Amino acid sequence: MNLLQFYAHNSREALTLIGQHLFLVAVSTGIALTVGVPGGILLTRRPAWRGPVLGIANVLQTIPSLALFGFLIPLPFIGGIGARTAIVALVVYALLPIVRNTYTGIAGVDPAVREAGRGMGMTDGQLLAMVELPLAAGVILAGIRVATVVSVGTATLAGAIGAGGLGVYIFRGADMVNNTLILAGAVPAALMALAADGLLGLAERRLAWRAG
Amino acid sequence: MSAVLEVRGARYALPQGRVLVEDVSFGVAPGETLVLLGRSGSGKTTALKLINRLLEPTAGEIRIAGRPTHALEATRLRRGIGYVIQEIGLFPHFTVERNVGLVPRLEGWPAERIAARVRELLALVGLDPGVFGARYPHELSGGQRQRVGVARALAADPPLLLLDEPFGALDPITRVELQREFLALQRRLRKAIVFVTHDVREGLLLGNAIGLMQEGRIVFLGTPEEFRRSEHPACRAFLAAAG
Repeated sequence: MNLLQFYAHNSREALTLIGQHLFLVAVSTGIALTVGVPGGILLTRRPAWRGPVLGIANVLQTIPSLALFGFLIPLPFIGGIGARTAIVALVVYALLPIVRNTYTGIAGVDPAVREAGRGMGMTDGQLLAMVELPLAAGVILAGIRVATVVSVGTATLAGAIGAGGLGVYIFRGADMVNNTLILAGAVPAALMALAADGLLGLAERRLAWRAG
Repeated sequence: MSAVLEVRGARYALPQGRVLVEDVSFGVAPGETLVLLGRSGSGKTTALKLINRLLEPTAGEIRIAGRPTHALEATRLRRGIGYVIQEIGLFPHFTVERNVGLVPRLEGWPAERIAARVRELLALVGLDPGVFGARYPHELSGGQRQRVGVARALAADPPLLLLDEPFGALDPITRVELQREFLALQRRLRKAIVFVTHDVREGLLLGNAIGLMQEGRIVFLGTPEEFRRSEHPACRAFLAAAG
């Protein structure tokens, strides 16, 4: 049985898994964005926090993803079997690129531009909204892009802890040594990653400020 | 004429205790340009930043139009003082028009009034508003950028201008051009100006008064003529270097 025949016979299940996969990526990236961008901004205002915060985020990033899913299962509130645990793990991975790029993007704004803004009487909020965020937008979006693409791949592991997604096919296929089943999960996940990369890359190029 | 700016016994020390500016006093009246002259690290830029509170004085008093600067909110104070730095610091993502209109926009002027003011200012600094208004800073030459920087500082018509080596990064020919335009502009506008430079020729050309700074203190304060005749070793050293 080839891949197309497989989808023809299992279209409802396949669509459900694709939907679950998109849900996991969208929710986790959304949460990482809401926490990560303000977090990155905060680090530019509290330079002393930068070392510890980025250090912890870096260490979290080095935990093998399957192990992190495993560690989370026995924990109360954030753990257990299912989508919630998978989302917590995905948020952990998405945070670092977003926080780091928000910080780097804002810290990379020309100090003369910042001094001119302050010298003309802009408040910190005006400087942030009118100058720093627009100038850092390209770098911040690059971080969001990395986070999203990594999430699409990592979300396949959610299948291992009962959270659904395209990993279900991949794990089932690996157990049964069935390549068609593995591809049925891997191909749409790869296409999803490529699409996210392409779309966010496009937005990034439009936003990135071409400094003269 | 009463001074727009009065600085009395200003001092600035770092939290660790190092003193960068000590007992600096001077006054600047409308139409007057005080040049703070000194070598790198002499404290002249620090002294300038005490005036618009980019740095907070640790002692002394600074008054603008009779009001102590610490009586106002820092952002409000700064909107009433024109500020130009060597690196200019134009916003790269704003057109020339939006750059020049920034302070009026912060002050909530209506859009038509901002547009009219921007056109007036660009013409004043010798840039055709129709040609340059819609350009971005990276599409301008160094001299044009600094003209925009000056126009931006003048936008809300502040009585006091602070200029920190505004012509320092320009090529020698453009610098002379802008110095000449500065003098013509100052004759028309009659602002109170504090002008920081390490270039003694520029200082003598543009200033009505020269304050020579050394190790955070003003060691000489007088007219350019008095500066030329001064026997103070620091003045002699600067004049000797200028040849």
